[in-house]
Amino acid sequence: MTITGIAEGKYNLREYLAFIGASVLENEKSVFVGTGLPIVASMLAQKTHAPGLLIVFEGGGIGPVLPELPVSVGESRTYYQGIAATSMHDVMSLSQAGYIDYGFLGAAQMDMYGNINTTVIGDHDLPKVRLPGSGGANEVASFSKRLIIIIANQSKRTFVDKVDFLTSPGYLNGSGSRERAGLPRETGPYRVITQLGIYGFDEKTKRLKLISLHPGISIDEVKENSNFGIIIPDIIKTSPEPTEQHLKILREEIDPAGIVLGK
Amino acid sequence: MEVLSEGKGQLIGWHDPDEAREWVFKNKSRALKDKTMSAKEAVSKFVNDGDFIASGGFGHVRVSMAIIYEIIRQKKRNLTLAAKVGVHDIDILIGSGCGSRAEVAYACGHELRGLSPASRRMVESGQCKVVAEMSNGGYQWRFLAGMMGVPFIPSRNFLGTDIGNYSSSKVVKDPFSGKPINLIPAAYPDVAFIHVHRCDIYGNAQIDDIRALDFELSRCARRSIITTEEIVDNELIRREPWKTIIPFFVVDAVVEVPYGCHPCEMPGMYYYDEEHIAEWLRLSKTSEGVDEYLQKYVFSVDNFDDYLEICGGVRKLNYLKRRESLREPMIAPWRKEG
Repeated sequence: MTITGIAEGKYNLREYLAFIGASVLENEKSVFVGTGLPIVASMLAQKTHAPGLLIVFEGGGIGPVLPELPVSVGESRTYYQGIAATSMHDVMSLSQAGYIDYGFLGAAQMDMYGNINTTVIGDHDLPKVRLPGSGGANEVASFSKRLIIIIANQSKRTFVDKVDFLTSPGYLNGSGSRERAGLPRETGPYRVITQLGIYGFDEKTKRLKLISLHPGISIDEVKENSNFGIIIPDIIKTSPEPTEQHLKILREEIDPAGIVLGK
Repeated sequence: MEVLSEGKGQLIGWHDPDEAREWVFKNKSRALKDKTMSAKEAVSKFVNDGDFIASGGFGHVRVSMAIIYEIIRQKKRNLTLAAKVGVHDIDILIGSGCGSRAEVAYACGHELRGLSPASRRMVESGQCKVVAEMSNGGYQWRFLAGMMGVPFIPSRNFLGTDIGNYSSSKVVKDPFSGKPINLIPAAYPDVAFIHVHRCDIYGNAQIDDIRALDFELSRCARRSIITTEEIVDNELIRREPWKTIIPFFVVDAVVEVPYGCHPCEMPGMYYYDEEHIAEWLRLSKTSEGVDEYLQKYVFSVDNFDDYLEICGGVRKLNYLKRRESLREPMIAPWRKEG
């Protein structure tokens, strides 16, 4: 089964995920972003319902109005028409001191508490696959008030019982464990977006809980594509769909070359 | 303070603060001396086999490629790499075999372009060892502690994670709040090389860009090599001293290399040469390809101007300037088709 709009040829998966990501972001809030879908989603939000979205990049670019897709989170586009262009020390400190509302990350693996792995698959010292590592992700996950995680390929290989390496902290071992570890209070994963649905985290247990299914997707697919049990609520919403306007902005303004979104 | 846990990563480039101060007193001069020299001299004087080295800028933004090529050309070996925000710089240093160990915050990735075949291969085959994990913020603060002349700096990252477990940091009970807090050890790279927009002959440098980690890195590194798009008069520096990002007394060498970042981006001046980077990403899938690339661009030339000619000379550079000011469309030749 596939998302209805994709089956109908209206949009592709990445366009859909970018739209969903954008829908979570709020106007007049700050978001700390990494490359790829997170930037596209942030740019889409800024061009639609959140013109006052303050985008922050780890190199020191603050508050840009992005003219095109940046290849790096440290290049000049990241402070184009920005309010400041400072340093990594500045933006990391601002994050640690509580100025970042939303963080936005991708992940190779995630467990039920939103702990994510972007370091290695297999053993650390001689890995099967060496991934890039934390980059700024450990800070984004440690300091952002609300973390949004995008995983385009939810499956038993990505939704795992235990991540091979815990790069960036979700709720660690469950309720209260972030605070016990010394992480800032009231921070942590807020939404997980995959090709199947939008997830949140159960208030009490901090375990992954389904919020909405994308149109055309079934509950069974959600359950089949996870190695851990996902909390299914009594009422399951349906995820929203992008409008023509959203797609136009994505295709013509943000990523005309289809580098992140494909063609 | 009660130590609650210690990371098992190797502690790289740490020195006792008193030892660090003595080193500065003995080896760094406060005299205004002409430090201009060629990339060849700078590398041969200041980069030694086995050194712990750090590249300034942001991986493929404002990077001293001229120095990196020279390091490879002079076949420096057994280097330990500070892979903070490592992208093209780290990929080439690992892929070429010069870097045999790395403390990794980010490496083996080319940001939007995907994973880096060369450095992934070297790490996955054991030829390059990741001796400790780090994060970008963590590395930033390692340099901050070194710059401040203190043994560590407290931070709230790493807690509860394997980054912490595989790093050289320690978690202690903060005596003020009673909560666990992370301590990040200071770093004093043996050599840092930083590319700037303008610099005088003494080493006073201005940067028209985000500083990334360079403010701190230039001050904690034992030797700082500055490569500059242009050499300017000391007079210009003194006219607007608030623009000085790096002061002369932390600098050991000044190398004038216009376009010295190529194929990386120099903010405000020229964009990435995506075709060149795509060629590297394609060739570096195999070690034979790495050799072919290095032979063509590093070993067959002995200076950066000749290298620029092979890369397309003035025509290419003018295109990259237009790309930087958004007057040419974005291209992604490294993208896989289909």
